[in-house]
Amino acid sequence: MNPIINIKNLSKSFIDESSNENTMILHHIDFHMNDGEFVSLIGPSGCGKSTLLNIISGLDNPDNGEINISDIQSNNRLGKLSYMQQKDLLLPWKTVLDNSILGLEVQNENKRVSEQKAVELLETFGLSGYENYYPNQISGGMRQRASFLRTILTNKKILLLDEPFSALDSITRSQMQKWLLKLWKQFNKTILLVTHDIDEAIFLSDRIYVMQNNNFNSMQIIHVELPRPRTREIVLDDSFIKIKKEILPLIEN
Amino acid sequence: MQNTIKKINTKLKTVFVQWFPAVILIFSLLVIWEISCRLADVPKWLLPVPTDIIVELYEHWNLLLGHSFVTLYEILIGFSFSIISGILIGGLIVYSKTLEKAIYPIIISSQTIPIIAIAPILLVWFGYGLLPKILVVGLIAFFPIAVNTIDGLKSIDDDLVNMMKTLGANKSQIFKKIQIPNSLPYIFTGLRIGMAASVIGAVISEWVGSSEGLGYLMIRSKPQFLTERVFAAIFLLSIIGFLLFLLVNYCEKKIVYWRTLSE
Ligand SMILES: Nc1ncnc2c1ncn2[C@@H]1O[C@H](COP(=O)(O)OP(=O)(O)OP(=O)(O)O)[C@@H](O)[C@H]1O
Ligand SMILES: [Mg+2]
Repeated sequence: MNPIINIKNLSKSFIDESSNENTMILHHIDFHMNDGEFVSLIGPSGCGKSTLLNIISGLDNPDNGEINISDIQSNNRLGKLSYMQQKDLLLPWKTVLDNSILGLEVQNENKRVSEQKAVELLETFGLSGYENYYPNQISGGMRQRASFLRTILTNKKILLLDEPFSALDSITRSQMQKWLLKLWKQFNKTILLVTHDIDEAIFLSDRIYVMQNNNFNSMQIIHVELPRPRTREIVLDDSFIKIKKEILPLIEN
Repeated sequence: MQNTIKKINTKLKTVFVQWFPAVILIFSLLVIWEISCRLADVPKWLLPVPTDIIVELYEHWNLLLGHSFVTLYEILIGFSFSIISGILIGGLIVYSKTLEKAIYPIIISSQTIPIIAIAPILLVWFGYGLLPKILVVGLIAFFPIAVNTIDGLKSIDDDLVNMMKTLGANKSQIFKKIQIPNSLPYIFTGLRIGMAASVIGAVISEWVGSSEGLGYLMIRSKPQFLTERVFAAIFLLSIIGFLLFLLVNYCEKKIVYWRTLSE
């Protein structure tokens, strides 16, 4: 398989405003994703998961290292991947429906057609009946789903999802996971998912990167060789638990 | 039907509750003013009592109303000019770095010139007509509107801009879809300040030289010892100010609708 995203020896540091010191967040990271692969990224808070996604999306630049994305030749990756950020970032002056089609609006797509696409997904995203509400009139979970819908509608080959389901209850979360898997299979997407939920990571992924908070190049790779399609009950399976046992000590360190 | 009546009722109630303390206070002050002036036998030319002012308003209503309309007209025309030019120039300054360098320092430093002070010069140049008044009103309201427009366009949430970039938005799309809506609450702050200033601008430019308007009426009535007429003019000016304030607030509620949303 060809890597669709290939990152070599990537480092990133930020200048700490209080102490004026340079803190290194990502240390010589190697990372890749194959075409059509579902990869999860887990790790403790503050280890740099969102920073890595920002860099992949093109919002931020690394200090050192290489990023190659096979479909994208130019240096400007912005707008060429579907990226759902950790915050919902909905525009307070637009309705749920208008927020969800913002990406299509930016691409100057026909408004009627875009709305049609969004309306078809409202039910699945648990937003039907709320399309004309404004972001501050709906719950955090609904805002997250609206933001997820906005990302999905941009319809790119590669999806970067930063904790897309963190504000959802477990039933809704499980529905959204199933729907995401369906989308992934049907359209052969390549998905990178950041999550704090180990079960979610194992259930969805082909491979899991575990990031750690220490000062070395410390991305551990876990291969999830569970057959697909996977059912909910798989979490009780020995093979599942074995993988979980592999991950847990990495997280705790 | 019953529901709408109920809704109107609760709305009236909230309006009543909101305004009631202010109304009571003003009314009490008026009563104290009336009684104490009458007890102390203050002459009318020195300080008329509220009832004198009411009688004056009633007896010379047409005269007062005529002059009020002149002043209102100056304010509305001048204020409209300042809205258009303030927002336009503010927008241009933020959109173009070159224009910012050229114009922004001038705008900031010219804020230190008391616009009122140039009213006599405008009188020399443009005579006693409406034009110098409209210019003073326009200029005096222009600065707060322009400065707040610039502030609003600049104070954008970087996260929202980044989000737009991840969607592939270019500079003008970000300007249109993020910066403009974001600036609206700031612009209304500018409008409120500009509006208050424009009433002052209109009156003072009438004082400097004019043949009509409430400011003119005040200047003319004072030497005639028609103090109650001066007070009536002040009253009408504050009514004009109050109505314009309500108008600006109403427009703000309609245009910046997302700020006042509720479940
Ligand atoms: N623009 C920035 N300037 C300075 N420091 C930053 C910046 N962005 C991130 N950081 C720092 O980098 C570190 C990693 O942040 P990041 O958001 O990538 O963590 P994360 O792994 O996504 O955490 P979480 O799980 O809480 O979302 C944090 O310590 C954060 O304070
Ligand atoms: Mg994060």
